[in-house]
Amino acid sequence: MAPVPVAEGIFTWPSDEPQLIGSRCTSCQIVTFPVQASCPRCASTKMEAHLLARRGRLWAWTTQEFPPPSPPYAGPTGDAFVPFGVGYVELGGEVRVETRLTVADPEALTEGMEMELVLVPFRADEDGDEVMTFAFRPAD
Amino acid sequence: MDVAIVGVGLHPFGRFPGVSGIEMGAIAIRRALADAGVEWRDIEFAFGGSYEVDNPDAVVALLGLTGLPFTDVYNGCATAASALTLAADTIRLGDHGLGIAVGMDKHLPGAFSADPRQYACPLWYGELGQFVTTKFFGMKINKYMQDHGISHSTLAKVVAKNLRNGALNENAFRRKPMTEEAILGSPMLNYPLTQYMFCSPDEGAAAVVLCRAEDARRYTDKPIYLRATTVRTRRLGAFEVHSPWLPVEETVGPTVDASRAAFERAGLGPEDVDVVQLQDADAGAEIIHLAENGFCCDGDQEALVADGALEIGGSLPVNTDGGLLANGEPIGASGLRQVHEVVRQLRGQAGDRQVPGNPKVGYTQLYGAPGTAGVSILSR
Ligand SMILES: [Zn+2]
Repeated sequence: MAPVPVAEGIFTWPSDEPQLIGSRCTSCQIVTFPVQASCPRCASTKMEAHLLARRGRLWAWTTQEFPPPSPPYAGPTGDAFVPFGVGYVELGGEVRVETRLTVADPEALTEGMEMELVLVPFRADEDGDEVMTFAFRPAD
Repeated sequence: MDVAIVGVGLHPFGRFPGVSGIEMGAIAIRRALADAGVEWRDIEFAFGGSYEVDNPDAVVALLGLTGLPFTDVYNGCATAASALTLAADTIRLGDHGLGIAVGMDKHLPGAFSADPRQYACPLWYGELGQFVTTKFFGMKINKYMQDHGISHSTLAKVVAKNLRNGALNENAFRRKPMTEEAILGSPMLNYPLTQYMFCSPDEGAAAVVLCRAEDARRYTDKPIYLRATTVRTRRLGAFEVHSPWLPVEETVGPTVDASRAAFERAGLGPEDVDVVQLQDADAGAEIIHLAENGFCCDGDQEALVADGALEIGGSLPVNTDGGLLANGEPIGASGLRQVHEVVRQLRGQAGDRQVPGNPKVGYTQLYGAPGTAGVSILSR
């Protein structure tokens, strides 16, 4: 029943202070998420791993109020589905990451609000292990 | 070399159990041929667009095995714009004088789904439920509304208008008007967009016969000239569907790029356009695309909608046949349905939904994943 990450290499794991793992182009300095092998701006293939800030500001958001088509969606469906928020959070002034939000109430979400990274349970896998993913929640 | 449209044909949009996509394509082609007064054997080349039909060129089995060069294209929601562009360019190259562009599709009900890896996205992005086009539309219009002062009621008014227009269109899928209250009160799917603020994937086909402009009067006394067709993809910094991340630097979307290029090629501006067809896959898209195509400034849509400017009798009629909201979206056919409507309007053949005042210039725009836009400009 050990928790496992939804994918390898997208956030530091295990970690008390998890961070998203992006990449930075050593030629033009653009930051991507997740890691990619080539630069979408200058086409360089010299990219290095780059840890992203744990807090940032909400740039855009919506809610997901129905279960997405499955596959590819692998989370709870039917009565077990719980609506979730989705948004872009700008981290470190260098990249906007699309992410689940722990909040799905439009009244509780505002452009520009301060958000912080958390790891949350997403689903149970075939072995009964809890699959963990990254999300952002309103910061205190 | 200039290119003219001399025939248009449509298989109605909706759901047609027992009729295949290919059969709908053949019907659209026969109607376009009849409209142009030509026979299938006169057609020198063809381009066919579809998402669900692997080989649109198989339609020759239903029309005649004449041996013509027939090229299939797929380019997401801009498939029909690509088929039209390639057909027009083929005439401009000078090799052929009379050709056809056809689009056909037959989708199952429900939201589109695909493998995110086919869109250069990681698998986990789909597993987490983020590989969802409707979510992007919700996010984009939500931000737009906050940044530019657009109200929820304006979203509902756009849907109500397009359903009213659809009710006047015998080829439309949804022909029943709805009240703003019912649209706003339907289930929320992706805030601020409710169920009836989205179009549905459905079925249908459309075809367009093109020729050299100098030959057009052989076929019709009402030729419509294709002044420009453009297709563009996203640049870095555009806010686009299926993006696990965005850079901090911002730029305009592919619709803006395609629109500017089309106006420049046509030698016309937004102020010259009399009838407009925009990609309204959701109510927010029509609002955003009004500005992205240069028909208003960001935020002006609130007043334009309130004043009825976008109605058939308004100063800027938009989606006169009901758009995607009333017709649904058979991907391969959708853009040629727009061209079909503009041609009917410019010829004065749009019946109950005819834009008054003898419209002279028409405009169509498509947009889709993963950030592709197509624009065409037509005139009498
Ligand atoms: Zn670079």
